[in-house]
Amino acid sequence: MDLGFFAQYLINGLVQGITYALVAVGFTLFFGVLDVIKFSHGDVLMLGAFTALAVFLGLDQLASPAWLSLIIMLCIGILAMGLLGALLCKFLVLPLKESPPLNTLLITLMFGSVIREAVRLFFPNGSNPKPFPALLPEASINWGNLNLRLDSVILIITGALAIVVTHLLIQKTRIGLAIRAVAQDEETARLMGIDFKKTVLVTFALGSGLAALSGISTGLYYQEINFSMGLMLGVIGFSAAVVGGLGSIYGAIVGGLLFAFLQTLGAIWFSVPAYKDVFAFAVIIILMAWRPTGLLADRSAERV
Amino acid sequence: MATNRVVGRPFCGTRVITMPDFKTKLAILLGVALSVVVLYGFLYLEREWEIGALLVMVPLGVYFLRRTNALTYYQHAAREMPRFTWISFVLGAVVLIMLLRHDDFALLMLTTVLLYATVSLGLTIQFGFVGVVNFSAVAFFGIGAYSMAALNQHFVFLPDLLIIFFSGAISALLGALLILPILRTRGHYAALITIAFGILFRTFLEVNDVLGGPQGLKVPALEMFGWNFGNSFPSEMGGGSFYVAYAIVALVLVAIVYLITRLIESSWLGLNMDSVRLDEVASAAFGINGPRWKIAAFMLGNCFAGLAGAVYAAMYGFIAPANFNLSDSLLLVSIVLLGGIGNAVAVIPAAFLIVVLPEKFQVIQEYRLLLFGIVVILILRFRPSGLMPRGLRQYFAGRFG
Repeated sequence: MDLGFFAQYLINGLVQGITYALVAVGFTLFFGVLDVIKFSHGDVLMLGAFTALAVFLGLDQLASPAWLSLIIMLCIGILAMGLLGALLCKFLVLPLKESPPLNTLLITLMFGSVIREAVRLFFPNGSNPKPFPALLPEASINWGNLNLRLDSVILIITGALAIVVTHLLIQKTRIGLAIRAVAQDEETARLMGIDFKKTVLVTFALGSGLAALSGISTGLYYQEINFSMGLMLGVIGFSAAVVGGLGSIYGAIVGGLLFAFLQTLGAIWFSVPAYKDVFAFAVIIILMAWRPTGLLADRSAERV
Repeated sequence: MATNRVVGRPFCGTRVITMPDFKTKLAILLGVALSVVVLYGFLYLEREWEIGALLVMVPLGVYFLRRTNALTYYQHAAREMPRFTWISFVLGAVVLIMLLRHDDFALLMLTTVLLYATVSLGLTIQFGFVGVVNFSAVAFFGIGAYSMAALNQHFVFLPDLLIIFFSGAISALLGALLILPILRTRGHYAALITIAFGILFRTFLEVNDVLGGPQGLKVPALEMFGWNFGNSFPSEMGGGSFYVAYAIVALVLVAIVYLITRLIESSWLGLNMDSVRLDEVASAAFGINGPRWKIAAFMLGNCFAGLAGAVYAAMYGFIAPANFNLSDSLLLVSIVLLGGIGNAVAVIPAAFLIVVLPEKFQVIQEYRLLLFGIVVILILRFRPSGLMPRGLRQYFAGRFG
């Protein structure tokens, strides 16, 4: 294959892979501290994008410059979703801590469908796809078959930066230390004087903020959002986190990139590009049969 | 000569009630009659305030029955004579179908409830007995439906009854593809595999031209025992919508599947399955082969889903990928959870609530998914064991068979 095409696929795959990885990092964080799967994650992502869109429509009235709008949108979207994530954790996830994991999974799934339905019903004309403003610079370089768009590059860098910052936050700060301690052993962490509840809430806020970021970048990239976009992105993010190995940030990154790679590969291989998801999910199932705890997670022996 | 039976848990000693045979039967029949009246009301009434009044009255009635110990008495009776209870409820359902025989829409809802209950019984075996997660129930339901359509198209000579059985078998066999990954993974990892399978199945249907693509497939009406199910009943037979025949088939299906589920539960099979769910390592130490029970439950549950899917396809006459979404799988899991996980009886009222209520409140039609989500969240938050939690296993009193 021609090198230009190859690079093009690589860039597109990277944009998608980073988006998936951002979602997967959220799943991994929640699983780390609380051993739960928050299935409304994809819908929180969607709500983040819609919040940003609403903010933009408001700012548009005030004729604010594009870069300022973008920064305000990002801030409000991420903060609002962080708050929502913390509230969700406080009122729906933590109270179910002692009940079977199935219940937590279902309650968050249902919360996700409540968000989805609420957006569909209450956002003006919410059941149709919404155009998302193209706020990033539109410059692009043509280089043989490669059409390198500046916004792709910005999105890749932003996403990677967000993951690195999250990683540093967890490895280098006090709250990060608390998160790691809780993830390792909740009871001991409590005995050491760590505020368990606060740590969990902060983790949920952090993960949900990342979801909002990836929602907004999806909107910026495709310039369209709709109320059901979170469903697929959530499932893909979950697959990425699980395939990488729940609880490991590196696993989430590897999983996200892997999923995008599989989709791209599927799209190239099959004459019908729609087979790409069938292919990607089939490979995921086979990978899980091969490495049941994911590619990078530690293989802990079962305690009896 | 009326033999007196000992009811209750004989070795717990707290309460031993003796009651004569005919009183037991009377209690069961009264229970059946009451259920038929309530369900008839649900299906027949159309105005929102009437349904609303019924919704208020039912919990009040249950509270009253509980306070007067009538409910306990009935539960003892049903536990004492499970076979009589089963037969009475099946006959009660026949009466219900006959009462509704001219009402197309009510029968359609009733049949859907019965088919969903069949799938949920399969999920009860998977989630409730062995503890194997399955978030792709609708995929197996869909495999049954598509098998029905495809076999009907290509093997016209096969009798429809056989095709229904084949559809169940195909569903179980395709499910067998997932056995290896499911046995090797646990918890959330296993959940992902079934979710991925559900999405894979739906996407595959959409992009695959052989099975009709996104437009779906037509399915001819069933033909069994010389009767074409597409015909309505002539007036000399008392008249009635063509849905009556489907309702009866669905009823037979759910009755048999329920019987199988209860037989499993009350026998050593169920005991082994429960022990695998509660602690796989400990039960392995007692020589119970965990993987074997997981495989058995997974395949049996998927077979139930396939059978129900085949009847569903024939009844609707048309199937498309859009009927088999992840959210439908979640709906089925919510039925099991709402009823009370592992309790086979509970799936029927739970299926009723989840299928019929949204159809009845047409005013809130637009908001029904929203309200449904909120209701399930409230149930999980405040009554996580479901409306009818599974009782303690009984080792001595009352058995099937």
